[in-house]
Order: sequence, then C-alpha cells, then structure tokens
Amino acid sequence: MTETRDPILSVRNLTLDIPVGGGTLHAVRGIDFDLARGETLCIVGESGSGKSLTSLAIMGLLAPRIERRADRLEFDGVDLLKAGPRKMRSLRGNRMSMIFQEPMTSLNPAYTIGDQLTEALLLHRNVGKKAARDRAVELLEKVGITAAASRLGQFPHQLSGGLRQRVMIAMALMCEPELIIADEPTTALDVTIQAQILRLLVDLQREMNVAMILITHDLGVVARVADKVAVMYAGELVETGPAGAVFGQPTHPYTRGLLRCIPVPGKTERGAELGTIPGIVPSLVGDVSGCPFRTRCEEAVAACRGAIPLRHRSDDAHAFRCVHETGMATAEVSA
Amino acid sequence: MSDATTPVLELRNVSKVYTIRQGLFAERKSLRAIDDVSLKVERGGVLGLVGESGCGKSTLAKILLGLETPTTGEVLIDGEPVGAQDRRKLARRIQPIFQDPYSSLNPRKSIADIISLPLRVHGIGDAASQDKAVREILDIVGLPARVMNSYPSQMSGGQRQRVAIARALIMKPEIVICDEPTSALDVSVQSQILNLLGELRREFGLTYLFISHNLAVVEHLATRVAVMYLGRIVEEASVAGLFDHARHPYSQALLESVLTPDPALGVPDTQLGAAYPNPIAPPSGCHFHPRCPKALPQCSSVAPRPLTTADGRIECHLFDEEKAEPATA
Ligand SMILES: Nc1ncnc2c1ncn2[C@@H]1O[C@H](COP(=O)(O)OP(=O)(O)O)[C@@H](O)[C@H]1O
Ligand SMILES: Nc1ncnc2c1ncn2[C@@H]1O[C@H](COP(=O)(O)OP(=O)(O)O)[C@@H](O)[C@H]1O
Ligand SMILES: [Mg+2]
Ligand SMILES: [Mg+2]
Repeated sequence: MTETRDPILSVRNLTLDIPVGGGTLHAVRGIDFDLARGETLCIVGESGSGKSLTSLAIMGLLAPRIERRADRLEFDGVDLLKAGPRKMRSLRGNRMSMIFQEPMTSLNPAYTIGDQLTEALLLHRNVGKKAARDRAVELLEKVGITAAASRLGQFPHQLSGGLRQRVMIAMALMCEPELIIADEPTTALDVTIQAQILRLLVDLQREMNVAMILITHDLGVVARVADKVAVMYAGELVETGPAGAVFGQPTHPYTRGLLRCIPVPGKTERGAELGTIPGIVPSLVGDVSGCPFRTRCEEAVAACRGAIPLRHRSDDAHAFRCVHETGMATAEVSA
Repeated sequence: MSDATTPVLELRNVSKVYTIRQGLFAERKSLRAIDDVSLKVERGGVLGLVGESGCGKSTLAKILLGLETPTTGEVLIDGEPVGAQDRRKLARRIQPIFQDPYSSLNPRKSIADIISLPLRVHGIGDAASQDKAVREILDIVGLPARVMNSYPSQMSGGQRQRVAIARALIMKPEIVICDEPTSALDVSVQSQILNLLGELRREFGLTYLFISHNLAVVEHLATRVAVMYLGRIVEEASVAGLFDHARHPYSQALLESVLTPDPALGVPDTQLGAAYPNPIAPPSGCHFHPRCPKALPQCSSVAPRPLTTADGRIECHLFDEEKAEPATA
C-alpha cells in the first residue's frame, strides 16, 4: 500500500501465528496499511479471514499464545511492538478504543451504565466523579439517547440492542480517542437501527476528526462509510484502495467475485442467478504459500503457487495482489 | 378439495397472544405477537416477510409449522385446516430452515445422522441410498463430504447453518419455511444457497415463506412481500409493487435503510426517530404513528382498517380515501 502522509496508525507486514493441535495456524500474513486522522478504513472479508484478530493485535488484546510479528506497528509515534501491558492499558479506552459487535458481551451486566461509562475517564484522566458523570450524560445525549441522566442508573439488560450499541459508542468516545476500531458494530441490529448507528458513527467521527477502522462483512456498509477499503481473504489483504476506486474498478478476482454474489436493488435482475465463489477457504495450518484464493479462483494459473506481486492500478493508492497484471488471465492474452 | 386455484398456504385472521409475567410478583400481561393476520401464498410462489426484530415473523413461521397453535383464526395447507392433518404427513409437505441452527442440531449426533434423520424417520430408501443422498445434499450446500463424521460443535456457525439447510432440503418438501436462512452465512455462500433455493423452486414447484432482514435478498427471491409491524401486516404487494412503489411509510423507511454498495451515497436518514415500541403496551391508533414522519391527527387515536389495493393490501390512514373507489382489478 502507498504511504499515507502523517499516519496516526501505521502497520507493516503484520503477521499472526496461532499454535494449534496440528501445527501453526498462519491466521494473518503480511498485512500493510496506514490510517490518517479523520479517515475511515473499512476491512471487509468473510468470517474467519482474520479481521477481528487484526484489530485485537492493534489493541494489544490478543491471547498470550498468539504470536504477533510486524516490521512496524505504530500508533502516533508509539511503537506498539515494544509497548508493555501497562503502556497498552494507558492507551486503551483512552487514546484508542474499541466497539464490539455484541455489546452484551463487552458490557458488564453487574454494573450500571453510569459506572461503566465513567470508568475509563476516572482511570485515565484527572477528573472528579461529578465531571465524569456530566461527560457521560453529554455523550449519551450525543449518541441520541433520551432521558440520558436517568439511564446512568440502569443496567445493560434493561436496554434494547440498539440502545446498548449506542452506549458502547458513547463509552468508546468518553476519553476523546484518536483511533476507534469498530468490529461489526451493526451486524446484530435491524437495518433501520443499523442506518441510525452508522450515521451516528460517521457524524461523530467527522466532527471529532477521529481515525476509524470499521470491520464488516457487508459490502453495502463499506461502500457507504469507507474512505479506504481493504479486502481481506484468508489472512491477507488482497485489494486495498479508496472506496470509489475499489467499487468502481474492483480488480482482484476475489473482490470481483464478492460483488457478483450480492443482489443489488435496481441493478441485479430479480430472480436471476447470482454469482458464486465455489469451493471453501483453504486451511491455514502448516505451510501456506502462494495466493490463498487460487483454489477458488477462475483466473488461477500455475504461477499462483509462487510469490504474488503487489500491483497498482492507474490510481497509485489502489493496490492488489495477483499474478495477473489486470487481475484477469484473459485480458493478458489479448493484450 | 384443492385445485389449481387453491392457495397452497393460507392464514385466516390468525392471532397469537402470549401471556407473560415480568418478574415474580408482577401481574400477568398479554402480548399480541400476531394480530389478525390473513395471507395467501400461491403454489410455487415466494412470500417474503419483512419487519424489525420482535414484530412476530418467527411466531408466524412456528404457527405455519404447527409448532405453535394460533389463539384464534386458522391455517390451511392446500385448503385443509392444519389441525386436521396427520403430523407426519404435514412434516413431508412443510419443512423449516431456522435462524439459529445451533439450538436445533443435536450435539451428540454426527452430521450424517442429523441430515439423514428425516429419511430414516419416513423410511425413505436404504442405508446406501441415504448415504448417497446425504453426500449429494452436502455438496449442494457447500460442505465437504468429510464433515459427515463431524459433530455440530466442531463446525463453524456458517457450516452449521448449511447442515440445517441440508436437513430441510433432503426431504424435498412442498413448502419451505425459511426463517433468516442465510443470515449467518458469508455472502459467497449466501448466493449459492439463494441460487439453490431458486433452482429447487423452479424445478419442483416449491413454495416458500421467506423471512429475512436483508431486504435486497427478499427483493431478489420473493414474488410477493408482506411487511409486518407489531404483529400486523401493514402492507402486502407484489415484489415490483412493494420495491418500486412502496406506499406505507413504514415500508418506505425499511427500503430507505437498505445500503446498496454505492460509494457515491452516504448513510441514509430514515427519520425513524423513536425506538421500536414495547409490544406489551402497543401505541394507540396506528401502532406505527409515534415513528411515522407522515402521521395525521387521527393516526394516534383510530386504528386504520385494511384496504384492498390493485396489487394487494395496505393499512394506513393516508390511503383512506381510496376506500370510496375500490381498486380496479
Ligand atoms: N484464540 C484463537 N485460537 C485459535 N484460532 C483462532 C483464535 N482466534 C481466531 N482464530 C482463528 O483465526 C482465524 C481468523 O479469525 P478472526 O480474526 O476471528 O476472523 P474474522 O473476524 O475475520 O471472522 C479463524 O480461522 C479463527 O478460527
Ligand atoms: N414463547 C413466547 N412467550 C412470550 N412471548 C413471546 C414468545 N415467543 C415470542 N414472543 C414475543 O412475541 C413477539 C414476536 O416475536 P418473534 O416472532 O420472535 O419476532 P421476530 O421473529 O419478528 O423477531 C416478541 O415481542 C417476542 O418477545
Ligand atoms: Mg470477527
Ligand atoms: Mg425471528
């Protein structure tokens, strides 16, 4: 991926290995990206492609047995590879925060909304209880929760799914973080609530000039929210670039395949056969080399077993990994 | 008693009321999960059922499957009331694909046993042909044959959903009740399943009730669509009628929430300010009025009556005048 000027987050060659029964699971392999303040990067990919692990690796929340390596993992000049548990704790919930898919698992059922909202602020900032409560009410109002002050005494189970997700967002914003990672924040919600929550996230992110990584498997969400897109397959980023370029000129066979799989209202003929990607994701245990998509790829050739070059489209920021210059075997023959 | 014009599936004024108690000493309250629903599904048709969570979609599915009895009203399959049909015969005609496969797959049975169970219960074929059928259906739903000896706990959520789909389809039923069948699947698998459901329908004349929160998927697969809000069908129309000219403000809001993959567009503002109402204390008048951007004065006090339109039905005061001049059909 091309360099972003003055990135707040810079990731180079991030690799995650997990020891499993039969050997090593090479779950994430050689990921590169940069993110600037005020930018939204969407990481899109199917389940198991390594999206959540990537975000946990940045937040320093990986299980201890998972081995994390990288050439660079920097947050605003801080080398996260060298940061110890104390340093990471002082960053998390403070300068970088995370929003998870299922708020019920990340909200503590035994504590009130108010306690949980103010916790990070009391921990990281030199503020009193009163100031922390005021800030909590302010943020609950900001995320569109009515009767905010009265919510502070409520417990998570007393709120609907949509309200809990709003509380999670308010909690993530308490300390005015510079980086937010939202992992499938709207996947469990109704489409109507999803639209409201995404609007809220995008508005707040612009207003506060936060850098945001939004992880999703939903191409519609990506198109509407992303500045930059990273398409992930079996632990690798196979295509990255500005949203307009990736959707306008999808190039990697996997990206093109995914876009053919979804019915698009107004475009796809109703009832017509949808595109498919036959086959299954390869095992990432043991020796993993070559293009991970080759077993399912229409364009696969013998060279796909070897080293895969990183290529750029005319727009330099739009990159993809494929042995074919255009992502298509047929175009090469006629060229 | 059935002929070509008899709807294969029909609901007549079906209601389902649950009695619930919130807390140990609280008084009992009734929750009207399904409220006077009448619907017909013609043979080979796909009725899409959409609406926010909690509106009653799964309850309706369970009633059709005979897993819940309606409090009032009746369900007819091929013109025969469901209560009167032999349950085993019913099971061969109507099969479910549920939303949450984990709770419906026996954790102690192998995948091959789970999928072939309906064949064994109904005594269809011998062991060899059942084994062959299982392999075929596994291939169709995108699972490798080696999972036959696996157990549900060893599979991913997506794989378990495919097992549930295989189990329903192996009976080649007449009617399939699909309750969010592809919600847990990746899009590349979802499209295979949607294509498969489409193929099977064309080939065997199957009829589906298709419940999904993904409106683009419903638009793609359904022939007719019913929009549900707090247990009531507020609009029912052909796919073209609903997706090209939605009339009910709630249908319109649902459609506006669909995020098509167009990077030139941002996130829409659906103007559905307030949250989904509490079903124990539904709003007076039209249940939708507190969230409706087009509400009229009478909407908060008078419940709208269902009106027949050229293309189906609608329940909304905005269309009251049309009652005077019945739609031409
Ligand atoms: N703690 C763990 N132990 C073993 N395998 C894991 C663990 N966490 C994740 N994995 C595996 O790593 C891969 C990537 O997982 P994940 O990042 O959760 O995917 P995604 O979020 O894209 O669905 C999957 O194959 C998953 O099974
Ligand atoms: N067995 C039950 N007892 C009491 N209430 C129920 C029961 N099943 C469903 N409900 C209630 O009925 C309403 C409709 O539920 P459901 O049919 O599951 O909705 P959907 O499938 O549209 O999300 C909800 O308010 C739900 O809480
Ligand atoms: Mg994940
Ligand atoms: Mg349901």
